[in-house]
Amino acid sequence: MVETTNRATSLVTLSKASVIAGGKSILSDIDLTIFERESVVVLGANGAGKSTLLKLCNAITSPSLGSVNTLPVQEQALIFQRPALLQRTVLDNVRFVLSVRGVAEPLRTQQAQQALAACNLSAIANQQSRSLSGGEQQRLALARAWACKPRLLLADEPTANLAPAAVRDVEALLQAVQTEGTTLVLTTHNVAQAKRLARRIVFLDGGRLVEDRPAADFFASPRSDAARTYLEGETL
Amino acid sequence: MSLFAESVAAAASLLLAGDSTLMEITALSLRVSATATLMAASIGLPLGAWAALTSSALRVPVVVVLNACMGLPPVVVGLIVYLLLSRSGPMGALGWLFTPAGMVMAQTILITPIIAALARQTIEDAHVPLRDWLTSLGLTAWQRILTLLFEARFSLAVVLLAGFGRAIAEVGAVMMVGGNIAGSTRVMTTTIALETSKGDLPLALALGILLVMLVLIVNGAAQAVKARMERPHG
Repeated sequence: MVETTNRATSLVTLSKASVIAGGKSILSDIDLTIFERESVVVLGANGAGKSTLLKLCNAITSPSLGSVNTLPVQEQALIFQRPALLQRTVLDNVRFVLSVRGVAEPLRTQQAQQALAACNLSAIANQQSRSLSGGEQQRLALARAWACKPRLLLADEPTANLAPAAVRDVEALLQAVQTEGTTLVLTTHNVAQAKRLARRIVFLDGGRLVEDRPAADFFASPRSDAARTYLEGETL
Repeated sequence: MSLFAESVAAAASLLLAGDSTLMEITALSLRVSATATLMAASIGLPLGAWAALTSSALRVPVVVVLNACMGLPPVVVGLIVYLLLSRSGPMGALGWLFTPAGMVMAQTILITPIIAALARQTIEDAHVPLRDWLTSLGLTAWQRILTLLFEARFSLAVVLLAGFGRAIAEVGAVMMVGGNIAGSTRVMTTTIALETSKGDLPLALALGILLVMLVLIVNGAAQAVKARMERPHG
């Protein structure tokens, strides 16, 4: 369900959301609203619950307690640190998601080709996805998301383990997607990247949301000890 | 010349001459086993996919039964199918006993658990890296199954070839259900058994050579499929 406030349209609202798995608390009492056209970066040490938070937003995971109101899956796209690619050609990977969305031919192929062009993958459209480099695979994952024109793009550490040039390419694409009006929620361990991409920072520590502030304020003066320690590079 | 060498020479001449009996028996073997493989695939692949993806409480018992049935003794299958198809049996009205249709039924029962169990493992392996992404797309259960069947198509082709190999090399069940009737239900394996017992070694040996060649071709095909699967460009 989407709600409109005097600030903006909210796409995702988590109310006292908690996730408990195997008797262990992964997320606790999360109150969070994601608004349309935002660029939110989720920071936190390993095990802080960043990936689980994205899964809650995407409704892959249901909250054990509390509630989550989010967009229908058809209006969202989720990309992962390790892109989940099909054993098909680059073009067919994009065509697949469009077919799931009900886009018929010839529009399907046309939109797929446009998305590949936007992600600079046209030259390798007929190559098997498994032969791509890490950066190309992530750009393909972005092309699949782009082709569907999602209102909300959730990206779980999309540049982890990529070479610097590939990181730049993926960041440029994320910014381009966001410029086109897609709301971006990204997790990362790369503080410099967070500074480049975020307008808002959500900081998690041990499954709790400890800071939710404009990026400039967060980086200028983190309020919590956990965030200060994290930014000083003492926890990852 | 030794008996073995004489038999090999006679078998070679039968093969080179394209002996009609030899070809007829081989064609029937291929037809019966290919049909059984198709039938088993149409049951085993969806069943394997279901077992790979379901969270039903039935999953574990079904997987245990499928795995156990991979080692079904052909003569037991033959006996059961014989009883089902015999005149007084529950399927006697079909009139399939001592016909190729009955042999297809027996081979289908024999290899369906093999195809289903191997398909389950293959699809489960293909599903793991894609699970969250497919969930995020909001696929229906059938869309997910079809996607994974296509995703694992090369490995599943190897599974089907394994099932075909098992079917065509089987002797006990087709002997009991088919009756080894000349010109009607006589296949390669039953002919080899019969001709050996009669002492007509050349025909048995020629069929044996053909059977081994067929198994080699099936294995070669499986290797080719595997190589295609591992090739990065396509």
